[in-house]
Amino acid sequence: MGKPLATRRHGIGRFRALAVGGAALLAAATIAGCGGAAAGPPVLNFYTPADGAKQYAAAAAACTQQAGGTYSIVQQTLPKSADDQRLQLARRLVAGDPAVDIMGIDVTWTAEFAAAGWLEKFPADQAAQVEQGTLQGPLDTGTWQNDLWAAPLNTNTQILWYRKDLSPNPPKTWDDMISQAEALANKGLPAAIEVQGAQYEGITVWFNTLLTSAGGQVVNEKGDVLIDQGDAAKKAVTIMQRVATAKGADPSLSVAKENDGRLAMEAGEAAFQINYPFVYASINTPPPDGGGGGTFIDAQGKPTSQDTGKRVIDEFAWAPYPSVDPGKPATVTIGGLNLGVSSTSLHKDLAFEAVQCLRNRDNQLVNATEGGVPPTLEALYSDPSFQQKYPAWQAIKESLDNASVRPKTPAYQSISIVISDALNPPGDIDPNTVVAGLADQIRRAENSEGLVP
Amino acid sequence: MTLDSGALAEATTKEPPAHRAGKIPLSEGKKAERRLGLWLCAPAAIIMVAVTAYPIIYAIWLSLQRYDLRFPAEREFAGLSNYGAVLSSGYWWQAFLITVIITVVSVAIEFVLGLALALVMHRTIVGRGLTRTVVLIPYGIVTVVAAFSWQFAWTPDKGYLAAMLSDGSAPLTGQTSAIAIIILAEVWKTTPFMALLLMAGLALVPDDLLKAAQVDGAGPWQRLTQIILPMMKPAILVALLFRTLDAFRVFDNIYILTQGSNGTGSVSMLGYDNLFKAFNLGIGSAISVLIFIAVALIALLFIKLFGASAPGSEPAGKR
Repeated sequence: MGKPLATRRHGIGRFRALAVGGAALLAAATIAGCGGAAAGPPVLNFYTPADGAKQYAAAAAACTQQAGGTYSIVQQTLPKSADDQRLQLARRLVAGDPAVDIMGIDVTWTAEFAAAGWLEKFPADQAAQVEQGTLQGPLDTGTWQNDLWAAPLNTNTQILWYRKDLSPNPPKTWDDMISQAEALANKGLPAAIEVQGAQYEGITVWFNTLLTSAGGQVVNEKGDVLIDQGDAAKKAVTIMQRVATAKGADPSLSVAKENDGRLAMEAGEAAFQINYPFVYASINTPPPDGGGGGTFIDAQGKPTSQDTGKRVIDEFAWAPYPSVDPGKPATVTIGGLNLGVSSTSLHKDLAFEAVQCLRNRDNQLVNATEGGVPPTLEALYSDPSFQQKYPAWQAIKESLDNASVRPKTPAYQSISIVISDALNPPGDIDPNTVVAGLADQIRRAENSEGLVP
Repeated sequence: MTLDSGALAEATTKEPPAHRAGKIPLSEGKKAERRLGLWLCAPAAIIMVAVTAYPIIYAIWLSLQRYDLRFPAEREFAGLSNYGAVLSSGYWWQAFLITVIITVVSVAIEFVLGLALALVMHRTIVGRGLTRTVVLIPYGIVTVVAAFSWQFAWTPDKGYLAAMLSDGSAPLTGQTSAIAIIILAEVWKTTPFMALLLMAGLALVPDDLLKAAQVDGAGPWQRLTQIILPMMKPAILVALLFRTLDAFRVFDNIYILTQGSNGTGSVSMLGYDNLFKAFNLGIGSAISVLIFIAVALIALLFIKLFGASAPGSEPAGKR
């Protein structure tokens, strides 16, 4: 019986090694997670999207400095895609990860995260501080059922970008834009209207802007599905279908995202483009990072490989988002990032304080000028350094003043998937039947009964 | 979990006597040996229960509830209503149809190509090791990596395969062309696996028999269909069964190539989207359980179809 004993001893030795290793790992994880609870100020983990991580890290460092030893903020990078960010945060929060303190969350997640109990409501004094000087539209995205759950850090909105040579009088309405485009197509000139028509969040944003501009709404905060009330939805889908099937329309509109529209414009193939302000920075950036002014265009406005001395950028201009009903400004669906405090955080009070710092004037200005995303503090729009970076600031501000937000419901993600599935490809929309089917599916999604495709 | 493992331990200890019913009682020594055997098996069995049975049972339990992470307060027992929602949904049947198409077409192509490859590998005399290694390379590449290279190859402006098509065509954005590419990626990836399994089957065919048939005047085609294939039946069953089950759960290629857009989503994609995008644990689990049932039915169907040559049935095993 000597042999088994030896084996067993060997086994114990290995177990011990494993246990020690495991303990070391655990200890390392604890240190990484809580920054060594014993020494130093509490560490607040600040989870942000990968895009703009550099600016967020800079803000975290600046605020740590400012806190003077009360807390320190460590920026943690989430994946690049919004779906992956949401999934990773959800996994941590469902598991009760205490090392999540501050989260950069998309404007569409507020209701979902709040209803699921993952967000800590802003206390009245903190909420009052956030509300001060913040634009109403972005503030609305952080609010759900009259409470503030997330503080707007940055925002984003679309305006119309067009070619002055092709459209001397920029269209005020979608009808006008479609007829201008068709007239251009008849003359054999670039006529495409670039907008996000691919099956993803972008087409939902397009639809929501058209719907709210026509006076409609998808769902209200109580969860009542209103999409099939009145004729707003029918108007919206009719416009989408007409844009996709107009003469001279971009044949790949059904797979077009933001960047495809920018590229088509820079290639001289498009006359109009509905897009975010990044297209202006891009066309002014030399290749390979940007469009370098776009291709050469001839006297007529057609793209050419000859050096005519005139590029797309020379005719590149912007105007307010076209409206649906003449005389009624469009209500543009806004995007952006809000800051929320995790309900699993061990230092919620400090986290709220840190949020105030992370979104203060200085940090928002850096975010706007270096990160390329418009700020949410109204005062910054009159700041010269901001105006210099965003020549279209007036149109952007106007668009933000008339902002509409996407449906504020915990089931938003499912609703958005259902909408983008039903309206893609936009050329195949049947305006007479699509709304009723959509309303039915949104109702099911709202009750979390239905499937998402 | 403790309950599950307890139940299993009970089952494992009970099983052997049932088998021995009607046989000569075992001696004390034999009994002790058997007991030791059970003890030695127990850790493996318990781990199996922990890592497979528990999740399966938990998924079934979840599928019977209305449980959406976004509405934690509304969690309640919902009976079979999630299954009703899934089975009455057009999305499910659309995904099911796509999955069946991908499965049937890819497995059929893989079988023909795999058999051809197996025959070549079986007959190769020079550089046998090299041939087998080369053939196996696609199978050795991580599916996601391979899928990414297919995606780039078929992306307009970037890919060498897309460049061979007419200008402006984006094959990954059309339903039919995208499904064809998914099937191509699957076939490219797993034909070697099929070939390997079939080659093992070819080893079962005695050379003497083939020579005798040849002397009797059987041509190559006759030898293939009358002798080789029938004798390979157990290997064919294993190969087809494995691949069909695998193909029915196709996920990674679709996830990378199209993300399931333009009507290219499989049932696994549908399950993933409902679980991880919609956070709907009830519906998502119901989809997972339905996939599990479908897979079980496929396995059952295969074993019924191939009858006695199913693995584990006595004559085939002895041959």
